[in-house]
Amino acid sequence: METYYKPEDLPKFEEIGKDSPKLAQKFFEYYGAVFAEGELTEREKSLIALAVAHTVQCPYCIDAYTQDCLEKGSNLAEMTEAVHVATAIRGGSSLVHGVQMRNIAEKMSM
Amino acid sequence: MLNEHISNISSIETKKVSEHSGIEPFSRTLSRHGLKLNRNNTHTLQLNLGARCNQTCRHCHLNAGPGRKENMDAGIISEVISYAQRSKFETIDITGGAPELNPNIGMLIEEVFSLSLRIMLRSNLSALNDGRREYLFELLKAHRIVIVASFPSLNEAQTDSQRGDRIFQITIDALKKLNAMGYGHEGSGLELSLVSNPTGAFLPPNQAQTEKRFRQVLKRKWGIVFNNLFNFANVPLGRFRQWLVETNNLENYMGKLYSSFNPCSVDGLMCRSLVSVSWDGYLYDCDFNLARELFMGGHKIHVSEMSGPPPPHSHIATADHCYTCTAGSGFT
Repeated sequence: METYYKPEDLPKFEEIGKDSPKLAQKFFEYYGAVFAEGELTEREKSLIALAVAHTVQCPYCIDAYTQDCLEKGSNLAEMTEAVHVATAIRGGSSLVHGVQMRNIAEKMSM
Repeated sequence: MLNEHISNISSIETKKVSEHSGIEPFSRTLSRHGLKLNRNNTHTLQLNLGARCNQTCRHCHLNAGPGRKENMDAGIISEVISYAQRSKFETIDITGGAPELNPNIGMLIEEVFSLSLRIMLRSNLSALNDGRREYLFELLKAHRIVIVASFPSLNEAQTDSQRGDRIFQITIDALKKLNAMGYGHEGSGLELSLVSNPTGAFLPPNQAQTEKRFRQVLKRKWGIVFNNLFNFANVPLGRFRQWLVETNNLENYMGKLYSSFNPCSVDGLMCRSLVSVSWDGYLYDCDFNLARELFMGGHKIHVSEMSGPPPPHSHIATADHCYTCTAGSGFT
């Protein structure tokens, strides 16, 4: 079945540089530097990426960073906790806006 | 012969992978990079005492398990000892199956400990610590045998999924016991190294970073210390290959190994400096070729026919599973 998201497109990511090579080069160099070991380990950065992938709901990113987390030595329990962190922030960001709702409602109410 | 049905499955599946995935044969990849895989000086004698094992690990390239009967008998062990005496290997590496289950293991260690600088025993720890082998613990300590223990993951579920129910806790208990004997402590002269294999169809993480994390977590949670950690990729042979086929992961896994080929890893491959002897006394370039029944240099040679180590520059037999050892930083 035809879909917008195709797994075979993921390895083609670098082709995005074909018609704009300088910008692509800058992006991929930056991308590589971000994920290199620094104050955070590569494994920790991969878990963060996995959580963000779920937040932006990118199937390519979820596929790539599920594999990357396993290859960086993370286990399914750690990865599931990372997704819960993303979920908590997403849920919390909705809920905290309830304060705005309450402020408006209280202002308008007797 | 050792594991004939696996060899058949492997040949069929290798052909299938080549047909479906377009993976270049390993020998052709070497040629394309201008490389030849020949022996250097052979300084390690690896002894595979047989496929008998108390565990049935899902990543085992030998399909070892409790049902396997192959075990190196006393006659072959005597021939192996004679070979070690006339060859002067720097290292003797004892493996299996679970080598602890071979009834001649004690005699072998007593005879070879003075023949090489370094004697290693590869252990799953559950066979060693089954309550019936106190004499073996003492023997290992007395002769300062290096213990190389399987420890795939800090996660209990991952470990048990790969190696069997309760293996994680059994392993932790065995490591504590070895630590109490002095193993794993810096300066004790009793070396304890851990081996971590991925618990699925993916490649291992960076070794230095993994060692650092394992060291921190094992110490913090269980007070366990060790000397080194080695990350090894799983080899698509035996039971691991069967699992890859059954779960439709084989083609993708072979693709990962192939795309991770690192020509710089070839120079340091273990097959360039190691000779492996199977339970029946025949020689192989490595334990994986043993699993595939690819004889050393492509010739069926018995240990009793060898006058010394295989000569430098001699040919090494290869197949597509060799991509495992050349992936990334290599597997030596």
